[in-house]
Amino acid sequence: MTPWILGFLGFTLGPTLASLYLSFTKFDLLSSPTWVGLDNYRFMFTSDPRFLNALRVTFVYLILEVPLKLAFALAVATMMDKHIRGGDFYRALYYVPSLLGGSVAIAVLWRQLFQGDGVVNKLLFAIFGVQGPSWISTPETSLYTLVILAVWQFGSPMIIFLAGLRQIPQELYEAASIDGATKWKQFARVTLPLLAPVIFFNFVLQMIEAFKAFSPAFIISGGTGGPVDSTLFYTLYLYQEAFANFRMGYASALAWVLLIIIALFTSLSFLASKYWVFYEDER
Amino acid sequence: MALRHVLLAAGAFFMLYPLLWMVASSFKPESAIFTDLSIIPHHLNPENYINGWNALQVSFSRFYWNSFLIAILVVIGNVMTCSLTAYAFARLKFRGRNILFALMMMTLMLPYHVTLIPQYVLFLNIGWVDTILPLVVPKFMAVDAFFIFLMVQFFRGLPRELDEAAKIDGCGPWRIYWMIILPLSKPVLATAAIFSFLWTWNDFFGPLIYLNDIANYTVPLALRAFVDSTGTSAWGQLFAMSTLALAPIFFFFLFFQRLIIKGVAMSGLKG
Repeated sequence: MTPWILGFLGFTLGPTLASLYLSFTKFDLLSSPTWVGLDNYRFMFTSDPRFLNALRVTFVYLILEVPLKLAFALAVATMMDKHIRGGDFYRALYYVPSLLGGSVAIAVLWRQLFQGDGVVNKLLFAIFGVQGPSWISTPETSLYTLVILAVWQFGSPMIIFLAGLRQIPQELYEAASIDGATKWKQFARVTLPLLAPVIFFNFVLQMIEAFKAFSPAFIISGGTGGPVDSTLFYTLYLYQEAFANFRMGYASALAWVLLIIIALFTSLSFLASKYWVFYEDER
Repeated sequence: MALRHVLLAAGAFFMLYPLLWMVASSFKPESAIFTDLSIIPHHLNPENYINGWNALQVSFSRFYWNSFLIAILVVIGNVMTCSLTAYAFARLKFRGRNILFALMMMTLMLPYHVTLIPQYVLFLNIGWVDTILPLVVPKFMAVDAFFIFLMVQFFRGLPRELDEAAKIDGCGPWRIYWMIILPLSKPVLATAAIFSFLWTWNDFFGPLIYLNDIANYTVPLALRAFVDSTGTSAWGQLFAMSTLALAPIFFFFLFFQRLIIKGVAMSGLKG
């Protein structure tokens, strides 16, 4: 207990408050912080195009990545669910990208796959005879390579879906098919509503993860968020401001805005969920 | 049913193709990497592994040692202190328990970016930057609230009668924790240990910020330095080192598959 209290005060509560204070200052690590009031926040929202761009990049990434990932996860989980032989083996295979995907090694691999003479273009040429661009160094496409990397890791939401699917009583499907419901109808009327809490759980989890995405963009763009800031994730911008430009005060303000955004979107999701997520015990 | 198998198998192959290709390419000569799309290397030439291991000014033996040391210490710190804290929350009565518990749950939501800068300033001022201490010491103070939460849930499921019987036999809270709770909690302790290891092994952000000298680098940092120093000229060696960097995680998965899958399914622990 005592270590936790010390740790909590020293590494969580203390720094949180300190960071709030720093966000109202100008601080470059060398001289002590000077109070500037709301200047950091004002600058951020009125005259910092890179901040607004970082927000845009993060949201585009999130809006594409989260639904696609959940759709794949749900589709594959449904296919695997019906007591298929070798189900556990498939589950493990599909989970491997999720397990390894966050590591630097995979980001390095991605860089090769999507560069001008990389594997993806080689395959495109071999199959369709078209020569693709260098996906990672073209500003219009670079962000989508990161979306693909994230969607590729649909294994962990898939496992959560599988666990949820196994909770649905088989009798419901039997009753539905006696009533003449097609497979699609069963999916839409039985599976989806009963799985709603799990979908919601996965959605919130993936959304928070997406806000925090960092390493792949850092490795693939060589730390710049380039080309032309097209992969400048919010966290990458925060890192650059803090540890490349040593604007610690401004970076603290960025961190607090991130906290507020995450809290806002999480609570909005919870509010919205009242309209589409129903739990077993409230029926 | 057969169609389902075909689809699942084809999908799995498509998903795993990049990984298999990377492993195969780590055995190919540089010139073949850009022309050869096969996932079966023609011969197992370990040259890339030998050259890659010593490609940077410090060899990968050092990076592996650093990574393992940090990961092992983090595992010990997390398991020890998170379980102690969780035991206090689950079993002991003390003033302010509910408020503290609520605070702990709030830290679950807190993105680490908020505490990042003050922590950095703190560690800079006490001279810990460029050592492994900032990555390890906080873990001995139970900062990973998620594991505390997981363990509290588990401890609450253990029958209280056992504690009470032990108390009648004259056991104090320490002995109950040590002799009763811990031995019964192997699954949850193992889960926490495994995920601590996986996350620490893969962690890039922490080492990126706190470790500057190449001799202190962890494996992910070294890989990144490798990309930066060779650019696109030594893919074979890079893939060889990437394969080795992923190997411990992969073997962990082979050994602890059940626990890992269960951990993900129960609580959405990220792999």
